[in-house]
Amino acid sequence: MRVEFDALQARHPAARAEAPAALRGLDLRIGPGEQVAVIGPSGAGKTSLLQAAAIALRPSAGGLRLDGVDPWSVGSAQRQALRRRLFLAPQVPPLPPRQRVVTAVLAGGLPAMGLLASLRSLFYPGDIPAAHDALQRFDLGDKLFERVDRLSGGERQRVGLARALLAPATLWLIDEPLSSLDPVRTRQAIGALVQGARERRATLLATLHHVEMALAHFPRVIGLRDGVAAFDLPAAAVTREHLARLYAQHEDELTGAAPEAIAEEPALPPPVVMHCR
Amino acid sequence: MRIDTAPQRDPAWPGRVGWMLALLVLMWPLLVATEFRPWVLLDERSLGPTLGFLAAFVPPKLAPEFLALVGRETWRTVAIATAGITLALLIAVPMALLATRALSISALAGRMAALPFVLRQATRWALIVLRSVPELVWALIFVRVVGLGPTAGVLAIALTYGGMLGKVYGEILESGEHHAATTLLRNGSGRLQAFFYGLLPHSAAELTSYTIYRWECAIRSSVILGFVGAGGLGQELDNSMKMFAGGEVATMLLVFIALVALADRTSAWLRKALA
Repeated sequence: MRVEFDALQARHPAARAEAPAALRGLDLRIGPGEQVAVIGPSGAGKTSLLQAAAIALRPSAGGLRLDGVDPWSVGSAQRQALRRRLFLAPQVPPLPPRQRVVTAVLAGGLPAMGLLASLRSLFYPGDIPAAHDALQRFDLGDKLFERVDRLSGGERQRVGLARALLAPATLWLIDEPLSSLDPVRTRQAIGALVQGARERRATLLATLHHVEMALAHFPRVIGLRDGVAAFDLPAAAVTREHLARLYAQHEDELTGAAPEAIAEEPALPPPVVMHCR
Repeated sequence: MRIDTAPQRDPAWPGRVGWMLALLVLMWPLLVATEFRPWVLLDERSLGPTLGFLAAFVPPKLAPEFLALVGRETWRTVAIATAGITLALLIAVPMALLATRALSISALAGRMAALPFVLRQATRWALIVLRSVPELVWALIFVRVVGLGPTAGVLAIALTYGGMLGKVYGEILESGEHHAATTLLRNGSGRLQAFFYGLLPHSAAELTSYTIYRWECAIRSSVILGFVGAGGLGQELDNSMKMFAGGEVATMLLVFIALVALADRTSAWLRKALA
């Protein structure tokens, strides 16, 4: 899928009115099948960029086009049809704790399934080989029938990524895929993602804290700072000076480890009061 | 300053007495309004019949054909409650799905659109109307429409409990974690798919537990509905009361107590197994 940002501005719906916008006039052209990493210090607007591309954040000014279509000027049915063609993996893996891994992975394929097929798949998993293959690429094949709440944080994150392989999407938007992985897993996960996207000819747009990983695995790297692109270069052309300028005053993020994913375990909801009136 | 002698009085005492007096003054109109005259119970004219009726409770009637009747009516009571809850589910589940904000596609980016908002709000109001009319009133209405018998009880429970279940289901779905469902919707899944794969795994246990608890409530309330002619144990209890057949009343009260205790135990056990 082709992604085009035209001087796009967006602010988070929960942000204070006087706070600066998350994206301040971003111009971006990404062709079909391209693989792009977005790096930059925290608060640069990386997640907002993905959300804007995922039709999850409405631009306050400027334009967004997915395959030439502006999702905010078409009807809601057409917009939902566009959403079916993209896959957004949020930083915190969106997996219900009581669900089994196989169901959680197959949920990636829901947009391509009818309601009846998806209900049947709840009773008996529809495509066990596909789910197993997707998990195998992230070295999780043995966890196929485990429950999600038995997995570690890193395993959950990889299950969330394995979902992409089942999605009928031509645009993958992956937010911080490596935040809770150790170095070995990091390399393997990013390799599986890049290869999976290439096989499916899907456009891959990922935000990364690991600058090295971005430079090593992605042909094109965008440096984002304060809601605008500081640079947009082939990975080979990114120099130390570029990075130093991008991370000025945030040097620890350039060298240090990625911050932990926030809020791993959501708090239990308060029990509903039971009364017979 | 050091206190050398023990204080003579509790300094909080006058305030406490004052509040007690104020409370009594406030209570007085309430007692008058509710015609609260408990000594009437000890009046010679009421004491006689009361004691006579209570004396008739012993021994409870244990004739086999009467026990068979009580058994049949008890079973009917359970059946009314179960059928009522099942029908209530048919009302509650679709309306809860309609009412919950967690499945809004237009709210995926910012505010919910106007039409879905109005639809959700209207569903909520409908649920409020359904559950704020007591099942007793629904039963009185249905007894006129479909005649005396269990059908009126089933319909009354279905409507009131449909409203209650629908409202609480909606609250349970909204109080849970939405992240999984929202992500599925953002990736283009349908609302029902997002419900089954994202919301339900989070709240299935709580939903089931609440439904079982409501079923227990329905058993108790279906006995009461019997008094207005909606069938079951309550109707027989009413008949026997009117005939001053103390022995029959005693038997049925004992059965009723056992039934409620059993339903209570079953529901507690099921809910514990689900937790």
